[in-house]
Amino acid sequence: MAEKQNSILTPTTAAAPEGISGQGFFATSLEKAVGLARKNSLWPLPFATSCCGIEFMATMGSHYDLARFGSERLSFSPRQSDLLMVMGTVAKKMGPVLREIYIQMAEPKWVIAVGACASSGGIFDTYSVLQGIDRIIPVDVYVPGCPPRPEQIIDGIIKIQELVGNESLRRRNSAEYEALMKKYNME
Amino acid sequence: MFKINAERNKFVVKILSDNFSEAIVQQEVILDMLCITVTKEAINPFLLFLRDNNELKYDFLTTLCGMHYPEIDQLGVVYHLHSLTNNHYIRVKTATELSNPVLPTATNIWPSANWMERETFDFFGIQFQGHPNLVRILNVDDMTAFPLRKDFPLEDQTREDKDDSMFGR
Ligand code: SF4
Repeated sequence: MAEKQNSILTPTTAAAPEGISGQGFFATSLEKAVGLARKNSLWPLPFATSCCGIEFMATMGSHYDLARFGSERLSFSPRQSDLLMVMGTVAKKMGPVLREIYIQMAEPKWVIAVGACASSGGIFDTYSVLQGIDRIIPVDVYVPGCPPRPEQIIDGIIKIQELVGNESLRRRNSAEYEALMKKYNME
Repeated sequence: MFKINAERNKFVVKILSDNFSEAIVQQEVILDMLCITVTKEAINPFLLFLRDNNELKYDFLTTLCGMHYPEIDQLGVVYHLHSLTNNHYIRVKTATELSNPVLPTATNIWPSANWMERETFDFFGIQFQGHPNLVRILNVDDMTAFPLRKDFPLEDQTREDKDDSMFGR
Protein backbone atom coordinates (compact mmCIF):
# COMPACT_ATOMS: atom_id res chain seq x y z
CA MET A 1 0.00 0.00 0.00
CA ALA A 2 1.27 3.45 -0.89
CA GLU A 3 2.16 5.57 2.06
CA LYS A 4 -0.31 8.30 2.86
CA GLN A 5 0.73 11.78 1.88
CA ASN A 6 0.74 14.23 4.71
CA SER A 7 -1.19 17.00 2.93
CA ILE A 8 -4.04 19.28 3.77
CA LEU A 9 -6.53 16.72 2.51
CA THR A 10 -5.19 13.81 4.54
CA PRO A 11 -4.61 15.05 8.07
CA THR A 12 -2.78 12.82 10.45
CA THR A 13 -3.60 12.61 14.12
CA ALA A 14 -2.92 15.75 16.11
CA ALA A 15 0.71 16.16 17.09
CA ALA A 16 1.46 16.09 20.79
CA PRO A 17 2.47 19.42 22.29
CA GLU A 18 5.90 20.06 23.73
CA GLY A 19 6.49 18.23 26.97
CA ILE A 20 8.55 15.71 28.83
CA SER A 21 7.91 12.13 28.04
CA GLY A 22 9.33 8.96 29.43
CA GLN A 23 8.29 5.39 29.77
CA GLY A 24 4.57 5.35 30.45
CA PHE A 25 4.10 9.05 31.11
CA PHE A 26 3.89 12.37 29.35
CA ALA A 27 3.94 15.71 31.08
CA THR A 28 3.08 19.08 29.61
CA SER A 29 1.53 22.29 30.83
CA LEU A 30 -2.23 22.49 31.39
CA GLU A 31 -2.42 25.35 28.93
CA LYS A 32 -0.97 23.26 26.14
CA ALA A 33 -3.17 20.28 26.92
CA VAL A 34 -6.32 22.40 26.93
CA GLY A 35 -5.20 24.18 23.77
CA LEU A 36 -4.75 20.82 22.08
CA ALA A 37 -8.21 19.71 23.11
CA ARG A 38 -9.88 22.95 22.12
CA LYS A 39 -8.28 23.26 18.75
CA ASN A 40 -9.22 19.76 17.68
CA SER A 41 -12.82 19.94 18.74
CA LEU A 42 -14.08 23.27 17.43
CA TRP A 43 -17.84 23.56 17.17
CA PRO A 44 -18.53 25.98 14.36
CA LEU A 45 -21.67 28.03 14.03
CA PRO A 46 -22.24 28.57 10.30
CA PHE A 47 -23.71 31.99 9.62
CA ALA A 48 -24.20 31.52 5.89
CA THR A 49 -26.08 34.34 4.22
CA SER A 50 -25.27 33.89 0.54
CA CYS A 51 -23.08 32.28 -2.11
CA CYS A 52 -20.08 31.67 0.19
CA GLY A 53 -22.39 29.53 2.28
CA ILE A 54 -22.76 27.20 -0.70
CA GLU A 55 -19.01 26.78 -0.73
CA PHE A 56 -19.15 25.94 2.94
CA MET A 57 -21.65 23.17 2.19
CA ALA A 58 -19.04 21.65 -0.11
CA THR A 59 -16.47 22.07 2.65
CA MET A 60 -18.73 20.20 5.05
CA GLY A 61 -19.59 17.53 2.47
CA SER A 62 -17.92 14.18 2.03
CA HIS A 63 -15.26 15.28 -0.43
CA TYR A 64 -13.58 17.95 1.67
CA ASP A 65 -15.13 16.91 4.97
CA LEU A 66 -14.35 19.49 7.60
CA ALA A 67 -15.15 16.83 10.20
CA ARG A 68 -11.65 15.45 9.73
CA PHE A 69 -10.37 18.51 11.57
CA GLY A 70 -12.46 17.93 14.65
CA SER A 71 -15.42 20.03 13.55
CA GLU A 72 -17.81 17.20 13.06
CA ARG A 73 -20.62 18.84 14.88
CA LEU A 74 -21.98 22.10 13.59
CA SER A 75 -23.83 24.01 16.20
CA PHE A 76 -26.87 26.01 15.29
CA SER A 77 -27.11 27.52 18.72
CA PRO A 78 -24.65 30.31 19.46
CA ARG A 79 -24.53 29.21 23.10
CA GLN A 80 -23.01 25.87 22.19
CA SER A 81 -20.42 26.91 19.66
CA ASP A 82 -16.99 28.42 19.81
CA LEU A 83 -16.27 29.37 16.21
CA LEU A 84 -18.51 31.81 14.38
CA MET A 85 -18.12 31.34 10.64
CA VAL A 86 -19.57 34.29 8.78
CA MET A 87 -19.94 33.34 5.13
CA GLY A 88 -21.66 35.72 2.78
CA THR A 89 -22.97 39.20 2.32
CA VAL A 90 -24.23 40.81 5.50
CA ALA A 91 -26.82 43.50 4.89
CA LYS A 92 -26.82 46.43 7.30
CA LYS A 93 -30.17 45.29 8.58
CA MET A 94 -28.62 41.94 9.46
CA GLY A 95 -25.79 43.61 11.39
CA PRO A 96 -27.52 43.79 14.80
CA VAL A 97 -28.53 40.11 14.46
CA LEU A 98 -24.93 39.07 13.82
CA ARG A 99 -23.75 41.13 16.75
CA GLU A 100 -26.35 39.58 19.01
CA ILE A 101 -25.24 36.09 17.96
CA TYR A 102 -21.63 36.95 18.73
CA ILE A 103 -22.57 38.29 22.15
CA GLN A 104 -24.57 35.17 22.93
CA MET A 105 -21.65 32.86 22.23
CA ALA A 106 -19.89 31.64 25.33
CA GLU A 107 -16.20 32.22 25.87
CA PRO A 108 -13.85 31.17 24.47
CA LYS A 109 -14.96 32.16 20.98
CA TRP A 110 -13.36 32.90 17.65
CA VAL A 111 -14.61 34.42 14.41
CA ILE A 112 -13.68 33.65 10.82
CA ALA A 113 -14.82 35.90 7.99
CA VAL A 114 -15.16 33.80 4.84
CA GLY A 115 -15.15 35.56 1.49
CA ALA A 116 -14.80 39.09 0.24
CA CYS A 117 -18.27 40.13 1.40
CA ALA A 118 -17.83 39.18 5.03
CA SER A 119 -14.31 40.61 5.05
CA SER A 120 -14.89 43.93 3.33
CA GLY A 121 -18.30 44.13 1.69
CA GLY A 122 -16.84 42.63 -1.47
CA ILE A 123 -18.38 43.77 -4.71
CA PHE A 124 -21.32 45.25 -2.84
CA ASP A 125 -20.00 48.72 -2.23
CA THR A 126 -23.48 50.06 -1.60
CA TYR A 127 -25.60 51.74 1.02
CA SER A 128 -27.39 48.59 2.09
CA VAL A 129 -24.45 46.26 2.73
CA LEU A 130 -22.21 46.16 5.78
CA GLN A 131 -18.68 46.92 4.58
CA GLY A 132 -17.01 44.06 6.43
CA ILE A 133 -18.19 42.35 9.60
CA ASP A 134 -15.19 43.71 11.51
CA ARG A 135 -17.18 46.92 11.78
CA ILE A 136 -19.41 45.29 14.36
CA ILE A 137 -17.58 42.24 15.73
CA PRO A 138 -13.88 41.35 16.11
CA VAL A 139 -12.53 38.91 13.50
CA ASP A 140 -9.66 36.46 13.99
CA VAL A 141 -9.10 35.12 10.49
CA TYR A 142 -10.11 36.45 7.07
CA VAL A 143 -10.44 34.13 4.09
CA PRO A 144 -10.22 36.03 0.79
CA GLY A 145 -11.97 34.95 -2.39
CA CYS A 146 -15.28 35.36 -4.11
CA PRO A 147 -16.11 32.68 -3.22
CA PRO A 148 -13.08 31.00 -1.66
CA ARG A 149 -12.59 27.37 -2.58
CA PRO A 150 -13.19 24.76 0.13
CA GLU A 151 -9.41 24.33 0.40
CA GLN A 152 -9.14 27.99 1.33
CA ILE A 153 -11.86 27.67 3.93
CA ILE A 154 -10.05 24.66 5.39
CA ASP A 155 -6.85 26.69 5.37
CA GLY A 156 -8.67 29.39 7.33
CA ILE A 157 -9.90 26.83 9.84
CA ILE A 158 -6.36 25.54 10.27
CA LYS A 159 -5.20 29.12 10.93
CA ILE A 160 -7.92 29.38 13.56
CA GLN A 161 -6.74 26.09 15.06
CA GLU A 162 -3.21 27.47 15.30
CA LEU A 163 -4.58 30.47 17.15
CA VAL A 164 -6.69 28.34 19.46
CA GLY A 165 -3.88 25.93 20.23
CA ASN A 166 -1.30 28.58 20.98
CA GLU A 167 -3.17 31.22 22.84
CA SER A 168 -3.18 31.50 26.57
CA LEU A 169 -6.05 29.96 28.50
CA ARG A 170 -6.86 33.31 29.98
CA ARG A 171 -6.70 35.40 26.84
CA ARG A 172 -10.07 36.87 27.74
CA ASN A 173 -8.61 38.47 30.82
CA SER A 174 -5.78 40.19 29.01
CA ALA A 175 -5.73 43.97 28.78
CA GLU A 176 -5.44 43.70 25.02
CA TYR A 177 -8.64 41.67 24.75
CA GLU A 178 -10.52 43.96 27.06
CA ALA A 179 -9.49 46.96 24.99
CA LEU A 180 -10.69 45.15 21.88
CA MET A 181 -14.08 44.46 23.43
CA LYS A 182 -14.35 48.04 24.54
CA LYS A 183 -13.67 49.15 20.98
CA TYR A 184 -16.73 47.19 19.91
CA ASN A 185 -18.82 48.40 22.85
CA MET A 186 -19.06 44.94 24.35
CA GLU A 187 -18.38 43.85 27.87
CA MET B 1 -44.61 40.50 -23.77
CA PHE B 2 -48.35 40.49 -23.90
CA LYS B 3 -50.26 40.37 -27.12
CA ILE B 4 -51.41 43.85 -28.05
CA ASN B 5 -55.15 44.09 -28.09
CA ALA B 6 -55.57 47.35 -29.99
CA GLU B 7 -59.34 47.17 -30.00
CA ARG B 8 -59.55 46.69 -26.29
CA ASN B 9 -57.04 49.53 -25.78
CA LYS B 10 -59.21 51.84 -27.85
CA PHE B 11 -62.30 50.80 -25.94
CA VAL B 12 -60.65 51.44 -22.57
CA VAL B 13 -59.30 54.80 -23.67
CA LYS B 14 -62.77 55.84 -24.83
CA ILE B 15 -64.42 54.99 -21.51
CA LEU B 16 -61.68 56.76 -19.58
CA SER B 17 -61.65 59.91 -21.67
CA ASP B 18 -65.44 60.08 -21.45
CA ASN B 19 -65.24 60.11 -17.68
CA PHE B 20 -61.89 61.75 -16.91
CA SER B 21 -61.15 64.04 -19.83
CA GLU B 22 -59.72 66.74 -17.53
CA ALA B 23 -57.53 64.46 -15.48
CA ILE B 24 -55.77 62.57 -18.25
CA VAL B 25 -52.47 64.24 -19.08
CA GLN B 26 -51.20 61.75 -21.59
CA GLN B 27 -52.08 58.40 -23.07
CA GLU B 28 -49.83 56.21 -25.14
CA VAL B 29 -49.01 52.58 -25.89
CA ILE B 30 -45.49 51.76 -24.80
CA LEU B 31 -44.30 48.46 -26.24
CA ASP B 32 -47.25 46.29 -25.37
CA MET B 33 -49.12 48.14 -22.71
CA LEU B 34 -51.58 50.96 -22.59
CA CYS B 35 -50.15 53.69 -20.42
CA ILE B 36 -52.15 56.58 -19.01
CA THR B 37 -50.80 59.54 -17.08
CA VAL B 38 -53.21 61.39 -14.80
CA THR B 39 -52.91 64.37 -12.49
CA LYS B 40 -52.29 63.62 -8.85
CA GLU B 41 -55.57 65.23 -7.77
CA ALA B 42 -57.52 62.71 -9.80
CA ILE B 43 -55.47 59.62 -9.13
CA ASN B 44 -57.60 58.18 -6.36
CA PRO B 45 -61.02 58.46 -8.06
CA PHE B 46 -59.36 57.34 -11.29
CA LEU B 47 -58.03 54.13 -9.74
CA LEU B 48 -61.33 53.50 -8.00
CA PHE B 49 -63.14 53.90 -11.31
CA LEU B 50 -60.75 51.44 -12.98
CA ARG B 51 -61.52 48.88 -10.32
CA ASP B 52 -65.26 49.36 -10.07
CA ASN B 53 -66.44 50.19 -13.56
CA ASN B 54 -68.37 47.25 -14.93
CA GLU B 55 -66.71 47.33 -18.33
CA LEU B 56 -63.17 47.68 -16.99
CA LYS B 57 -62.83 45.74 -13.72
CA TYR B 58 -59.12 46.19 -13.04
CA ASP B 59 -59.41 44.18 -9.88
CA PHE B 60 -55.78 43.22 -9.48
CA LEU B 61 -52.90 45.55 -8.61
CA THR B 62 -49.91 43.78 -10.14
CA THR B 63 -47.31 46.18 -8.86
CA LEU B 64 -46.67 49.74 -7.83
CA CYS B 65 -43.38 51.57 -7.59
CA GLY B 66 -41.76 54.98 -7.47
CA MET B 67 -39.88 57.02 -10.06
CA HIS B 68 -37.61 60.04 -9.82
CA TYR B 69 -37.18 62.62 -12.57
CA PRO B 70 -34.28 64.82 -11.43
CA GLU B 71 -34.46 67.17 -14.46
CA ILE B 72 -37.96 68.34 -13.64
CA ASP B 73 -37.78 67.87 -9.85
CA GLN B 74 -40.63 65.40 -9.78
CA LEU B 75 -41.34 62.10 -8.13
CA GLY B 76 -43.80 59.72 -9.68
CA VAL B 77 -45.65 56.52 -9.00
CA VAL B 78 -46.57 53.90 -11.57
CA TYR B 79 -49.37 51.39 -11.02
CA HIS B 80 -49.64 48.22 -13.07
CA LEU B 81 -53.18 46.92 -13.12
CA HIS B 82 -54.62 43.71 -14.45
CA SER B 83 -58.22 42.91 -15.16
CA LEU B 84 -58.57 39.23 -14.49
CA THR B 85 -62.06 39.19 -15.98
CA ASN B 86 -61.07 40.88 -19.23
CA ASN B 87 -57.45 39.74 -19.30
CA HIS B 88 -56.21 43.23 -19.99
CA TYR B 89 -53.31 45.16 -18.57
CA ILE B 90 -52.94 48.87 -18.05
CA ARG B 91 -50.26 51.11 -16.63
CA VAL B 92 -51.23 54.27 -14.76
CA LYS B 93 -48.74 56.99 -13.89
CA THR B 94 -48.93 60.08 -11.79
CA ALA B 95 -46.40 62.61 -10.57
CA THR B 96 -45.86 64.94 -7.64
CA GLU B 97 -43.33 67.66 -6.83
CA LEU B 98 -40.06 66.72 -5.18
CA SER B 99 -40.44 69.51 -2.64
CA ASN B 100 -43.75 68.18 -1.32
CA PRO B 101 -44.10 64.55 -2.37
CA VAL B 102 -47.58 63.70 -1.19
CA LEU B 103 -49.98 61.33 -2.93
CA PRO B 104 -53.17 59.65 -1.78
CA THR B 105 -52.85 56.01 -0.77
CA ALA B 106 -54.25 53.20 -2.86
CA THR B 107 -54.65 50.90 0.13
CA ASN B 108 -58.34 51.78 0.32
CA ILE B 109 -58.76 50.42 -3.21
CA TRP B 110 -56.41 47.42 -3.20
CA PRO B 111 -55.19 46.38 0.28
CA SER B 112 -52.18 44.77 -1.42
CA ALA B 113 -50.83 48.28 -2.03
CA ASN B 114 -49.82 48.42 1.62
CA TRP B 115 -46.29 46.99 1.47
CA MET B 116 -45.62 48.33 -2.01
CA GLU B 117 -46.37 51.86 -0.83
CA ARG B 118 -44.16 51.31 2.18
CA GLU B 119 -41.37 50.28 -0.17
CA THR B 120 -41.96 53.31 -2.37
CA PHE B 121 -41.84 55.51 0.71
CA ASP B 122 -38.70 53.75 1.88
CA PHE B 123 -36.80 54.28 -1.37
CA PHE B 124 -38.26 57.50 -2.78
CA GLY B 125 -39.73 59.30 0.21
CA ILE B 126 -43.20 59.64 -1.27
CA GLN B 127 -45.76 60.24 1.47
CA PHE B 128 -48.94 58.26 0.90
CA GLN B 129 -51.71 60.08 2.68
CA GLY B 130 -54.11 57.73 4.44
CA HIS B 131 -51.70 54.79 4.54
CA PRO B 132 -52.27 52.82 7.77
CA ASN B 133 -48.60 52.28 8.63
CA LEU B 134 -46.17 54.25 6.50
CA VAL B 135 -42.79 53.20 7.89
CA ARG B 136 -39.65 51.83 6.26
CA ILE B 137 -39.90 48.23 5.16
CA LEU B 138 -36.60 47.15 3.58
CA ASN B 139 -33.91 49.56 4.75
CA VAL B 140 -32.58 49.95 8.26
CA ASP B 141 -35.03 51.84 10.44
CA ASP B 142 -32.65 54.67 11.30
CA MET B 143 -31.87 55.52 7.68
CA THR B 144 -32.56 59.15 6.86
CA ALA B 145 -32.01 59.19 3.09
CA PHE B 146 -34.12 57.84 0.25
CA PRO B 147 -31.63 55.68 -1.62
CA LEU B 148 -33.31 55.25 -5.00
CA ARG B 149 -33.49 58.97 -5.69
CA LYS B 150 -31.00 59.73 -8.43
CA ASP B 151 -29.01 62.18 -6.33
CA PHE B 152 -28.24 59.53 -3.73
CA PRO B 153 -24.69 58.16 -4.13
CA LEU B 154 -24.79 54.42 -4.68
CA GLU B 155 -21.49 53.60 -2.95
CA ASP B 156 -21.25 53.28 0.78
CA GLN B 157 -19.94 56.64 1.97
CA THR B 158 -18.07 55.33 4.99
CA ARG B 159 -15.30 53.52 3.12
CA GLU B 160 -11.87 55.09 3.29
CA ASP B 161 -9.77 52.39 1.70
CA LYS B 162 -10.84 52.83 -1.90
CA ASP B 163 -9.01 55.01 -4.40
CA ASP B 164 -11.64 57.45 -5.57
CA SER B 165 -10.08 57.96 -8.98
CA MET B 166 -10.48 54.24 -9.70
CA PHE B 167 -14.07 54.00 -8.51
CA GLY B 168 -15.57 57.11 -10.05
CA ARG B 169 -16.62 58.81 -6.84
S1 SF4 C 1 -17.66 36.96 -1.46
FE1 SF4 C 1 -18.52 36.49 -3.46
S2 SF4 C 1 -19.20 34.38 -3.28
FE2 SF4 C 1 -18.93 35.16 -1.21
S3 SF4 C 1 -20.91 35.92 -0.56
FE3 SF4 C 1 -19.80 37.63 -1.45
S4 SF4 C 1 -20.41 37.67 -3.59
FE4 SF4 C 1 -20.96 35.66 -2.77
